[in-house]
This record gives sequence, C-alpha cells and structure tokens, in this order.
Amino acid sequence: MRAADALFEALKAEGVKHIFGIPGGANLPIYDALYDADFEHIQVRHEQCAGHAAEGYAKASGKVGVAFATSGPGATNLVTAIADAHMDSVPTVFITGQVRTDLIGTDGFQEADVTGITMPVVKHSFLVTDPSQIPDYIHKAFHIAKTGRPGPVLVDIPQDLSKMEIDYEPITAAPRLPGYQPNTEGNIKQIRIAAKALANARRPVLYAGGGVVNATASEELRELAGADRFPVTCTLMGLGAFPAPHEQWLGMLGMHGTRTANYAMDEADLIVAIGARFDDRITGKLSEFAPRAKFVHIDIDPAEISKNVPAHIPIVGDVKKVLPKLTGEYRALAPDPSRLDEWWRRIEGWREQYPLRYEDSSDQEIKPQLMVEEMYRATGGEAIVTSDVGQHQMWAAQYYPFSEPNRWLNSGGLGTMGFGLPAAIGAQVAMPDEQVVCLAGDGSLIMVCQEFATAAAHELPIKVFLMNNGNFGMVRQWQELFWDERYKAIEMGPSPDWVKLAEAFGWTGILCDRKDDLAGAMKTALETEGPVLLDVRVTPNENCFPMIPAGAAARDMVG
Amino acid sequence: MAESGTKNLLDLDDLRAEGGLTGRRHLLSLLVENRPGVLARIAGLFSRRGFNIDTLAVGPTEDPDISRVTLTVDGAVHPIDQVTKQLHKLVNVIKIRDMDPGTAVAREMALFRINAAADNRAEIIEFTQIFRAHIVDVSRRSITVEVTGTTEKIDSFERMVRPHGLIEMARTGEVAITRARPES
Ligand SMILES: Cc1ncc(C[n+]2csc(CCOP(=O)(O)OP(=O)(O)O)c2C)c(N)n1
Ligand SMILES: [Mg+2]
Repeated sequence: MRAADALFEALKAEGVKHIFGIPGGANLPIYDALYDADFEHIQVRHEQCAGHAAEGYAKASGKVGVAFATSGPGATNLVTAIADAHMDSVPTVFITGQVRTDLIGTDGFQEADVTGITMPVVKHSFLVTDPSQIPDYIHKAFHIAKTGRPGPVLVDIPQDLSKMEIDYEPITAAPRLPGYQPNTEGNIKQIRIAAKALANARRPVLYAGGGVVNATASEELRELAGADRFPVTCTLMGLGAFPAPHEQWLGMLGMHGTRTANYAMDEADLIVAIGARFDDRITGKLSEFAPRAKFVHIDIDPAEISKNVPAHIPIVGDVKKVLPKLTGEYRALAPDPSRLDEWWRRIEGWREQYPLRYEDSSDQEIKPQLMVEEMYRATGGEAIVTSDVGQHQMWAAQYYPFSEPNRWLNSGGLGTMGFGLPAAIGAQVAMPDEQVVCLAGDGSLIMVCQEFATAAAHELPIKVFLMNNGNFGMVRQWQELFWDERYKAIEMGPSPDWVKLAEAFGWTGILCDRKDDLAGAMKTALETEGPVLLDVRVTPNENCFPMIPAGAAARDMVG
Repeated sequence: MAESGTKNLLDLDDLRAEGGLTGRRHLLSLLVENRPGVLARIAGLFSRRGFNIDTLAVGPTEDPDISRVTLTVDGAVHPIDQVTKQLHKLVNVIKIRDMDPGTAVAREMALFRINAAADNRAEIIEFTQIFRAHIVDVSRRSITVEVTGTTEKIDSFERMVRPHGLIEMARTGEVAITRARPES
C-alpha cells in the first residue's frame, strides 16, 4: 500500500480517532490517504491552533493529541505549540509534510528544516528517509510521547516518500529504542529513607506539580496526604491534583500563590516535591527559597532532580508507583501524629490572617475576581476550564477551586497567550459530553480568534467567557508596579466589538457589563446551544495579588 | 506511641544534598546510535543548557550501528550530574560513561607544524625523540610532528615547541576506553 495509507494504519493501531490540521503541498499525499481513512479531521484555521487543540485534547483526556501541518510555513506555525507541549509535558505527536527528498537542502519552495528548528523543543523527532520507516516511526513516536515524562514528538515526512508503495505489515512488537528506558519503579531504599524523613519531620509540606496530573496519581497523592495530616500545595500545572476544598489544602504556591502556601514552604523543614520542577515562578529568589528545608524529590525525569534545587533524597520513578510505596512505608513507621500539631497551628494562623481577598465594587462594576467566582458557581465547579495567559489565568488559579485533575487546562511553562480557545476546541472534541469553558483574556483571544470558525464548523458547543479589561492586564500590572507606571503598548481598545465578531462567525454573542446581570448572563451562556462568547466588561485596572515580585523571596510577597 | 520514631530515627540535619561541582575535568564516553542528526542533538543540548564542551571526538565503534562520542567537560564549572542526565534524555544516546582516570586509557593525537630553521632544527628533532613523536613532513622552513599520548603529554610538547614558533596545531580531542580488569 501507499506509505501514506500505512501511516493511517499505524495511527489507527495507536487508537487515534481525531486529528487537528491544515493541508498543503507537501502533505497532500497524506490528506489524500485521509480521504479514505476513518478519522475525524478537525480543520483548524491556523497551525498553531492545531497544536494547542492537540494539547487540549491530550490534557483533557490523557490520550495522545495529534496534529498535521504541511512543510515550511505550516510546520513553523506549529513551533509555538510544540514548545508549549514540551514545557508542560503534554503527550503529542506532530506530523509534518516535508519537501521532496531531492529538494531537501536546496532551499526548495516551502522548505524549512523543521526537525532542526524544533530540536530544542521536542522530546524526540524523526525525519523519514525511507517510506518503509513510517509505521515504525509512528509507533515509536507514540511510545515516546506518552511514556516516561510525556512530551511532543515530531515526525517529518517528505512528500515523495509518503506517495511510495511499501509492504505494510502491522507492527505488534514493542518499539526497539535502546537509548530510551524510563525508570518507573523508584528505588525502594530511597523510598524508605524518604518515609523516615517524613516521620521525623515536624514541618512537612507536600508540593505537587503537573507530573501528578500526567501520572493520573491524584488518588495516590490523597492517600499519602491522608497518611498523616500533611499540608498540600500545588503548582499552577498541578491544580486539581488535590481537591481544593480539602482541609489540608494550602492553596497554590509561587508568584501568585497564597501567602499560606508560600510561608509554609518558607518555614518547612521537609518538602516532598512530587512531579514538580522548581520553576522560577515557584522558587523566586533561589538562594532564599525554603531555606530551612530538606528536599525529597520524586520525578520520572531524573534530569529534573537537583536541576534547580539540590535534593537530599532523590527518587526517580513514576509518582503513581512511588507514592503508594511511600505511603505504605510511612504508615509502617506509625509516627506520632501529634508532632504536627504545632505546625498546623502556625498554618491556621496564616490562613486566618491572609485569606485570598479583594475589594468588591459598591456599584455595578464587575471585579475580575468576582467574575471567576461567579463562573465557579455557574459551572458548579464541574467544567473543563481552559485559559489564556495573563491576570485572568492567575485569578482563575486563585478563585476557581479545582477538585479534580484534567479540568484545568492552561499554558504554564511557556505562558502562551492564545492557548485557551484552541485548547477548548481540543478538549471538547475529546470530551463531547463535558461542559468546556474557556476563560479568555481580551489580549490573548484576539491572537487566535480565527478559531471561532473552527468551533462553528465542527459544531463544538464551547463557551468562551471573556474577561475583558481592555488591556494586556498582566503587562499593565508590571508596568505599574515595577516600571514606574510608564504604560506602553498595553491598550486593546476600541475594537473589536466582540459580540458582533462572535456573531460574524455564527456564534451567539452576549455582552455583560453590570454586576447584577452577571450570574444570569453566565447561566444563559451555558444553557445556549452551540458556541457562545460572553463578553464580560471588568474593572480595567485591577491588580492580581498577592504576588512575589520576580526574583524576590516568599517573605517579600506584596498585596 | 512513646516508642514510635525511636527505631526510625533519622535526623533531618544529617541529610546531605546531592550533586554540585566536582572541580575536575571529566571525560565522558557516549555510545550513540549512528544516524544523521545525532551530533546536532548533542551539540544543541550543550549550547542550550549553557554547558561548554572542551574537546569532542566522534568515530565508529566495533558495531556499525553505534558511534562513540568522547567529550571532555569541566566539572569545576558544570555540574556533571546534570550534564549526563540531560544527555541521557536524548533518545539516540544509548550509554554514557564518566571515565574514571584510574581505570580508563585515554589518548589524544596532535599535529604540530613548527618553525625549523637551521639553528633550531636539531632541537626540535630532539624533542620529537624524547616525546616518542614522529616527524611526518619536512620542508626547508618547517617540520611537522605527530604526537600521540595523554593530554598532559601533548600539552607539554606544545609548551616545549611554542618558543620555536608554532605555525599550526591540530588536536583530535581525547578518545578513551576502559582498561581490561587484571585477570584474577
Ligand atoms: C504569545 C505571547 N506574547 C506575549 C506575551 C507577554 N504577555 C504576558 S501576559 C500578556 C497580556 C495578556 O493580556 P490578556 O490576554 O488581555 O490578559 P489579562 O492579563 O488582561 O487578563 C502579555 C502580552 C505572552 N505571554 N505570550
Ligand atoms: Mg486583558
């Protein structure tokens, strides 16, 4: 059969049902084979959004997201999404067309060295040089994308090769990758030492990241937390891995985390990092980060351990396998739970003194924090929420208490504006029966608003709740606080008229600019069939607090 | 409950953090898949992580599907642990050995073209003999010498001939292999 047909056989064998993409010259043979193949193809309006949709698909469902693009500009348009998936460890496979093999290296029409361009931001990549490699590379790509620490894998296929005839035999053997053997079990000796350290800690904190979500280990995390009254905090990427309403929940940590979580890290004597990577948005000033603590670091990626913060007890393994062992070893030690009483009194003190708070308006002005709280009420806290990047993202992280994993889809590592809408498209495709809501920023949404067309064409009933503050709020906040109020290039107005724009794409558009109308408008938006944009006019100059200024320490939190 | 913890004593203050700088030069020997782009992945990794490669040598091994990359990295500047762990993440890198100077044989080859006028020609030939090097090319004004040995030996040969006028030098970077264990 044609190599392109074998490509789809391999994709089918991997369980793929949905593909996000855009065709072009170099991947025409692939689209020609797709004509006969049984897949749902979601034709996005920009390749970057094919990538983010594949990410949203993967983050919501745990399955590998797949995106197609043609050579040259198609492939370079994917790069932002590939980098995003790399930073946030999202299992994705990107399949690009490449120019004909005889044109490679000649600066041929629409030629771009996409394996070269993406090398720093992929988990791995394959450039096909022989058409018979295609099925094998696809299986390897999926294996690498979803095992170990997940990530993006690129397969670049020259146009002439995908047209060729090959002998296709289904591959059932496990892919042969001698240089790729993730260690998942965790060294039991190290786990025992960690259990002892926990048993002797008087001020412990469990610090969980996106790795817990990726490993589907929230249950296991809850078990460990419940083995004693261990306080738990999560990163932006880990939200939902531990239920926010839980009494042991300290709130998110880091730059816009709660004072309670950050102060607890600051005073902890033992921090157990679980599937987290000590990003600078977490640590702030490294030399003053958690100065009293020893660190247990559990991660599937050995290179994350002691990269930023040296670990005292490193444990390489899948947190889903390591956590139950740690819980078991800890329980066997039967430590005295009362040793944590004093620590909890300290934590309760912070909680009382520093709850998240904002000043609500006395008139009809809608405060952005209120908008998030209202959104929580309207969705019953049960929606899959995607977001863009900016203040609205941080307010969502603070004021929308996530109780389950895979419900909070955002761009944490790369901080990619415009992630929300395409991710919502991907999530809705993966989970057709779930309510998918995108909390968008006005600056972000306009970067990807062509995707309104995709949602309309595919009849995806996503709801976009636009937090419209008329500016690049997060940038405005930094200019206000750290750049002497020298405001530059932050205004978004006066266009567009979002309701009209939504309607132009066949969406329902609703405007809300009064506090009294907000709950009703959200209810209407959620109950209206098909895609809906709700343009909520919020206070334009609100700041997101509390905050650790970049490069400062937890003790220097402001606001 | 009073007893709990006593048999499990572990003072948190006794825990030591891992990693850090070793303060010495490390010779890393990598077995990698012999495919296009592998060297680019290794070089790219070093540059984007801010690691410096001091020397680099690439060549075939006894297995045609596998190449050996030998490189030296300064452990006083870079945490070697991080370097090797990052290298391990490359799917095409099969095996990494941080060669222990005590149990590895490491050699480098270098070519020197040295000014050799009538008055110093004899001295250069003498150095060549002392260092068990070979003269591989001669002209009226210069002599080209091939030196093989440890990096230190080549360094000292360089120091000896430099005052005579070193016209050109090419060094391969070290390659290494582990010593066979003494038969017991
Ligand atoms: C693609 C991209 N470009 C630029 C930035 C820098 N940046 C971070 S937040 C922000 C403003 C976001 O504005 P908006 O989407 O309106 O969100 P708000 O902060 O107002 O809630 C900008 C420009 C970015 N994160 N991503
Ligand atoms: Mg805005």
